[in-house]
Amino acid sequence: MKNKINRNIPDEIMREQGYTGFDSVEFGNPDIQRVAPKVTATTGNSKVVASLAEVIEKTLHNGMTISFHHHFREGDYVFNQVMRLIIDNGYQNLTLAPSSLTNVMNDIVVEAIDKGVVTNITSSGMRGSLGDAVSHGALANPVIFRSHGNRARAIETGAIKIDVAFLGVPNADEMGNANGMDGKAAFGSLGYALMDAQYADKVVLITDSIKPYPNTPASIKQTQVDYVVEIDAVGNPDKIGSGATRFTKDPKELKIAKTVNDVIINSPYFKDGFSFQTGSGGAALAVTRFLRQAMLDKHIKASFALGGITKPTIDLLEEGLVAKVMDVQDFDKGAAESMHLNKNQQEIDASWYADPANKGAMVDKLDVAILSALELDTKFNVNVMSGSDGVIRGAIGGHQDAATAKLTIISAPLVRGRIATIVNDVTTVVTPGDSVDVVVTEVGIAINPKRQDLMTALRDLPGVPVYTIEELQQMAVQKVGTAKPLEFTDKVVALIEYRDGSLIDVIHEVKD
Amino acid sequence: MNQQNERLRRTMMFVPGNNPAMVKDAGIFGADSIMFDLEDAVAMTEKDAARYLVFEALQTIDYGNAELVVRINGLDTPYYENDIKAMVKAGIDVIRLPKVESAEMMHTLEKLVADAEKNFDREVGTTKLMAAIESAKGVVHANEIAAASKRMIGIALSAEDYTTDMKTHRYPDGQELLYARNVILHAARAAGIAAFDTVFTNMDDEAGFYRETELIHQLGFDGKSLVNPRQIAMVNKVYQPTKQEIEKAQNVIAAIEEARLKGSGVISMNGQMVDRPVVLRAQRVMNLANAANLVDAEGNYIEK
Repeated sequence: MKNKINRNIPDEIMREQGYTGFDSVEFGNPDIQRVAPKVTATTGNSKVVASLAEVIEKTLHNGMTISFHHHFREGDYVFNQVMRLIIDNGYQNLTLAPSSLTNVMNDIVVEAIDKGVVTNITSSGMRGSLGDAVSHGALANPVIFRSHGNRARAIETGAIKIDVAFLGVPNADEMGNANGMDGKAAFGSLGYALMDAQYADKVVLITDSIKPYPNTPASIKQTQVDYVVEIDAVGNPDKIGSGATRFTKDPKELKIAKTVNDVIINSPYFKDGFSFQTGSGGAALAVTRFLRQAMLDKHIKASFALGGITKPTIDLLEEGLVAKVMDVQDFDKGAAESMHLNKNQQEIDASWYADPANKGAMVDKLDVAILSALELDTKFNVNVMSGSDGVIRGAIGGHQDAATAKLTIISAPLVRGRIATIVNDVTTVVTPGDSVDVVVTEVGIAINPKRQDLMTALRDLPGVPVYTIEELQQMAVQKVGTAKPLEFTDKVVALIEYRDGSLIDVIHEVKD
Repeated sequence: MNQQNERLRRTMMFVPGNNPAMVKDAGIFGADSIMFDLEDAVAMTEKDAARYLVFEALQTIDYGNAELVVRINGLDTPYYENDIKAMVKAGIDVIRLPKVESAEMMHTLEKLVADAEKNFDREVGTTKLMAAIESAKGVVHANEIAAASKRMIGIALSAEDYTTDMKTHRYPDGQELLYARNVILHAARAAGIAAFDTVFTNMDDEAGFYRETELIHQLGFDGKSLVNPRQIAMVNKVYQPTKQEIEKAQNVIAAIEEARLKGSGVISMNGQMVDRPVVLRAQRVMNLANAANLVDAEGNYIEK
């Protein structure tokens, strides 16, 4: 069948997996039944077990669903140690359900797939050798990609039923009180892992620093934890913040960032008490810098900044320009280290952050979201998942969730190298065009025609030409020509869920 | 007297001719002039590749309203003639010759350009020329160089080679360039062409860049050669007129219009006659104000 945005979803996928096709960005007000985890009561003095091997043996069986978080980002030591033991002990048929998969996890997941240890995966995203393997049909069952808000929803409704959560933390006491903000490998907010701690049947904390009882502040509480294991090191502090956070000197990124800023400050949302989410990446950080100056110039303060947090956003908090930082993860050391110092840097879990199926998420109150794109098409649909070669190399992250903001701005260059970013049809739809309002490129902006109010507000900005999205697409073609269409087989290797759990697109195996 | 149509040349941005990414994006930063470099930025082994790249880019990429300039290799190099042919064929607006020391060098160039125009069916005379002055000899001959051809649109100071020739180097206060800057500026003004100041390469010294740009703005230069797109906004900021200057200019222009409607040959404002220099300056101020987006479509000053 074709779903509402004309994406072809094979009927057997819809039937076998019980999916409905994506229909609308409106979630409505349905009644939802949540699930609860099985609790094994304990009254002992300590939950510390001697080794990872022992805790795996106590908790894990073939066919189970296991989870991890990705707050250590590229500095993660926990995932590889746990997966090594699982592979070496011959477990089979596991479902891997981490909050996301970073590059340091790739090789061991590929090995686990090859050996039949892992047969299903759900994640926010994947890249590198793992994305390549999956795109070439390494798994029999399609990977399910979910946004951070959707993962929270799926855990709450039981679509993801975690049997054992292996959660690395930079500190914990013997009973399992832990947080992410102190210790050698501190990463700040435990936002994504809080879902696992709350809903997994068995919760295993893995730490390199056992603190005196009771350890506070406790983000994960002893009421949720079954076992605590001490290992030598949970993460490499130098790599936890790497990869995403840099201040750009690239004149093109700066130009885009300045235009994003022009769009924001000339929109009706730029007024005292507004809220925003910028994400990571060079252009996003530059936007924060421009926005700071505009807030100072116009005497405007923000009520909150949301999502993945960087040091420049913390600077705004400390300067008094932002009242609260609502923090689901920290992209750099500066943001991670400030969490226990700033009472207004509030740790939030993924449900509070972005889950549509609860009694109100932060994204519902979000005014301005600045998001990126690998591709964007003339229907304003955004792809952040598959590359120009059709291979999986991205993550949904909070993209679909934050895009429900009142003003969603996609910032992207018209072309990257010889590849067009603005195209007729994206390879994979992750975020539907219906939730995108303005596209900012280095040559000018395009406004979603359904937002005539923004057209009125933005059409006469000096130095910011307004084009139709089709004109931008044509300019990209003029620069780099038309690419040969990608070739795929009939085999579906991944499903892209929308944040409400409907199916917005699928990814096929690439044909080489 | 038609100063209204005078091209603004505040910023001439250098783009290495062998860098596809920079060549592709050169049009997005709002430079008044884009100068593709086939000379010093390009290694010997890439001279032909750069020439092809710039030639193709000129056929393919829309650079908007920017004036397109190419810095060709010098007269004493084996690339000189092919550079001229390729760039004339591509329809470049301006050819910039480096290390110019005499009017004769410009005459030689002019002849080859005219030949190329005939060869490639370009209208003869449409390819403009400019000279970069990079030595004591060039400064001494600045007047004849500036007036060497009807095709001349400007002369530029190139301070790195010049200071070496003068047995000095660049200092933060720019005293070592005082004479050259003034000579070049006078030569340009006497010939009725543009004067461009030299590049400022230390991107970390923003204060120094502003100091130098304010100095050359005060002297009267049209603008500056730039090595980084990030410098464009800084130069434009220095060159943007104040609100008072804009309002005064608007009054002058209104007075001209009033005189025209009355059929009067004398322009007067507040009972005083308006001199021609005042008119010229007013038109230039409005040119700059429009370019800096300081006035709206109705001509009202936009409060920032």
